[in-house]
Amino acid sequence: MIYFEFLLLIFLIFCAVGTVFTRNLLSSIIVFMAFSAIMSVIWLLLESPDLAITEAAVGAGVDTILFLVTLKRIHALKGTEKDEK
Amino acid sequence: MKNKSLLHRFVDWVNGDVADDRPGNIRTVGSLPEAKPPKEKPEHTDPLRHLNRQIAAYRVSAVLVCVSLMLALTYTVLCLPTYNDPSAPTNNEVSQRYVEQGMEETGAVNTVAGMILDYRAFDTFGESTVLFTATAAVLFITLSKHTKEWTERGPFADSSKDPILQVVGKILLPMIFVYGIYVVLNGHLSPGGGFSGGAVLGGGLILASSMFGQKKMVRVLSANVTTGLSVACLLAYAAMKGYSFFTGANHVGWEIPKGTPGDILSSGFILPLNICVGIIVACTMFSFYSLFSQVEEE
Amino acid sequence: MLDLQTLIDMRYQVVAVILFCIGFATLFLHPNLIKKVIGLNLMDSAVFLMLAAVGYIDGGKAPIIVDGITDASYYINPVPGGLVLTGIVVAVSTTALFLALIQRLYYMYHTLNLDEILLLAKRSEHY
Repeated sequence: MIYFEFLLLIFLIFCAVGTVFTRNLLSSIIVFMAFSAIMSVIWLLLESPDLAITEAAVGAGVDTILFLVTLKRIHALKGTEKDEK
Repeated sequence: MKNKSLLHRFVDWVNGDVADDRPGNIRTVGSLPEAKPPKEKPEHTDPLRHLNRQIAAYRVSAVLVCVSLMLALTYTVLCLPTYNDPSAPTNNEVSQRYVEQGMEETGAVNTVAGMILDYRAFDTFGESTVLFTATAAVLFITLSKHTKEWTERGPFADSSKDPILQVVGKILLPMIFVYGIYVVLNGHLSPGGGFSGGAVLGGGLILASSMFGQKKMVRVLSANVTTGLSVACLLAYAAMKGYSFFTGANHVGWEIPKGTPGDILSSGFILPLNICVGIIVACTMFSFYSLFSQVEEE
Repeated sequence: MLDLQTLIDMRYQVVAVILFCIGFATLFLHPNLIKKVIGLNLMDSAVFLMLAAVGYIDGGKAPIIVDGITDASYYINPVPGGLVLTGIVVAVSTTALFLALIQRLYYMYHTLNLDEILLLAKRSEHY
């Protein structure tokens, strides 16, 4: 079990570094979503199912949607440029 | 004036009477300051050089602060009581009391729900108010003359009917809503509660909004409706906990029914408080999305 | 003091510190505003991980009293769980507030780079 914990923790750090150093904003947000998903598994390992539910709904769901809508509004998503048509 | 002590000069400086003792400066404390000849500002010719220097200085100092913080935090963490230690100072009599007598005193089977909705209910009330305030702030920021139109289909599928979204949404949407309502209603008996279930419900509302289109969704859940629901739930929460506090925080004269797993209508005030918090959280999440996805007309 | 066994024992805390520092450095040093918000979220997650790890007791169950066992050593500490639960939801609302402000800034300056925004603001101040 401890190896699984180490795997998750190392993956967590990789995701954090990847989120910061990715140049494309969209992929950076997707990696951040993966970060939240791993985080919710870690909450389960720490015996906090309340936190796992909340993190999965909030971090991987609502937070990502808010970031994506912001990218859409500032025309940073590919193919949604308003004057491109 | 030369004999003035440091303290006096400091007091004068604070009061705005600049005492300049340099030779050649004949201005005294009481006199009006002469109109200085307008110095030619070097930054007026190149205003950006100053800023660039500031940005560089900011970078260097930020790196220094980051490195020092990293060292300090690592040192501190290695001095903390070890992980997994049952005798760590965090596992003190507070958590012991919450676990051992929480069921009798609050009636909640889920100790976390009992803690945040009974022992620390005032704190949770503050958090709900923070959510409401954040909604109001986002409303103020995004509100302008140009953002009044909602698209027919939502921000991600405004060109055509997206078949993936429709098919997957039809399968997932009932499940998400049933799960969210289950989590809210069983918050005192099983993991979950108002915050978790409200977040799930908010995600479901966002999915519904992008499936059916913003216009249809706004007809059902407009900004007025979500704000009204949030305010009503906040007031209901305040009324219930106010009653509980004013009667001595122990529900005087009223034996708290203990929660029994499987029986939703047990354990006193925890269930309606959970429902209130859940509605507030769901309305907050949905109104963030609907405020963000207004389309500016040009 | 700094040996491998300590690091293995304190793995959650050490990872929390590393995440906090990554988030802090991003918040201070990355010029992109969206990346700054992501860095703030990383800091949030690190603090939550730290809190939950402090409350964990080896072999403890989630604090849901089902079998009538009310012995405190049988469950994990419920206090950090409650703190983190409210914290996660409040973190989302602060994120939404920052994103709304970023949208506003983008409408004014048409860029997300903080340095460029500062330059543009300075220029419009002077000319």
